[in-house]
Amino acid sequence: MFKVTIDNKSIEVEPGTTILQAARMIGGSVVPPAMCYHSELKNSGGKCRSCMVRVAQGSTADPRPMPKLVASCRTEVMDGMVVENLTSPLVVEARKAVVEFLLLNHPLDCPVCDQAGECDLQNLGYEHGANTSRFEEEKRTYEKIDIGNLIQFNPNRCILCYRCVYAADQLTETRVHGILYRGEKSEISTFIHQAIENDFSGNMIDVCPVGALTDKTFRFKNRVWFLKPMDAHRECPKCSGKATIWFRGDEVYRVTGRKDKYGEVHDFICNECRFEKKNSADWIIEGPRKIESYSVINQNHYKNVVIPSVINPIKEVME
Amino acid sequence: MNQDSTKISLTNRSKVVSNKKMTLLERFYLPAVLKGMSITLSHFFKREVTIQYPEVKRPFSDIYRGMHVLKLDDEGRERCTACGLCALSCPAEAITMIAAERKEDEKDLYREEKYASKYEINMLRCIFCGDCESACPKEAIFLTNRIVPSQYKRIDFIYGKDVLVEKKDARVDVSKRQTPEVLTFKQDKSKSHNK
Repeated sequence: MFKVTIDNKSIEVEPGTTILQAARMIGGSVVPPAMCYHSELKNSGGKCRSCMVRVAQGSTADPRPMPKLVASCRTEVMDGMVVENLTSPLVVEARKAVVEFLLLNHPLDCPVCDQAGECDLQNLGYEHGANTSRFEEEKRTYEKIDIGNLIQFNPNRCILCYRCVYAADQLTETRVHGILYRGEKSEISTFIHQAIENDFSGNMIDVCPVGALTDKTFRFKNRVWFLKPMDAHRECPKCSGKATIWFRGDEVYRVTGRKDKYGEVHDFICNECRFEKKNSADWIIEGPRKIESYSVINQNHYKNVVIPSVINPIKEVME
Repeated sequence: MNQDSTKISLTNRSKVVSNKKMTLLERFYLPAVLKGMSITLSHFFKREVTIQYPEVKRPFSDIYRGMHVLKLDDEGRERCTACGLCALSCPAEAITMIAAERKEDEKDLYREEKYASKYEINMLRCIFCGDCESACPKEAIFLTNRIVPSQYKRIDFIYGKDVLVEKKDARVDVSKRQTPEVLTFKQDKSKSHNK
């Protein structure tokens, strides 16, 4: 077991664990944000640089600090490693710069975007970014392409995290989309229109940290914070059937995978569950989904309300 | 005041009715009548406190919070994109909306690819706090110095887009609601994400 200290908190982890995974084992404010790393997708991470941390001491054997900030999702821990996340001003400054870079070409169309309210980039910007932009040039734009009748694709919002590429590679046998071109010109594309047909393609929506891939059947139907998420499951021969269904009143507006507090889905669901079962009778409801308290989805949902008992107040007093 | 009544009184503000005999002067009543008349007459020579509304109107503050308006932009397209932030911020939950996607031939009607196909404010619920105005990221909704007119039916107080959206040829001026600080803030290019 390796002992690693992150922001003055220590934990013992197995060799081969990355700094990010160790930080998530500790939990709380020591966890660096991650846009491209997804724990269920192999080889993901190392693209967005938002999880950069400073290694103040490489290991007990070699206590020199690492010369540059490292991506915590790709750096494995060493015994006696000392890591600084938010305690290092270097990291705070670097993360602010990373947010600025990610937002260079990302359109600020959150009022239009369906992802707003559950967007990783929005959260990253609020927590770690500066509230102004120094970018005065025209933003890079792409021509919109139609990738299928279930998924809405907006290439302008893509931050090239590769999550959807890994999801298609690892969940399905045939991947039909990928990153075309290089450098500044690179873009996610299917090249052929209407090409996405796989039965697990809907998971690209869940793994996308921004609003580049959104649910076409939910497009502009409602804002996520007006909906009430409920955990539900159903017998599905193709997938786990564990999902979150989003209600407004008695109506199911959309079905998604269950995202944990890092925005990652662990039980991927099939397209039948996601796009076709929009009736509450199709689902066995387990209860309300727990949403992190900072999220806008929690707004106006009254919790822990004590309902006064009016059935027999005298009896209660007597007892 | 007898002993029992003090016991019963909770506020100590109850007055016991006096039944004393009136004096001779009081029994004439005339001095009291004249005293009352003099107070009434003295008001003839004081400043009027009422005005003859609708003919005469009181001056309103420039930032009076009255009936809402949904603004159009300079080219006459609707600014509202149905983002739902006004409805979220509304403490009275008076605002509801349904969004729709703009079609290709509607580009001169709506500014962005999403717009509010239905936008309703329940004026009976609205408390005119102006939170919707502060929350709006698109400078689409403003409160104006117009008064919400009275109606006979409750249903008539639910204002739809036909009332709220300003007319192209009869623009509502809201420039005075935006302080010089706000206007200079908007000119700063680094904050001009609102285009």
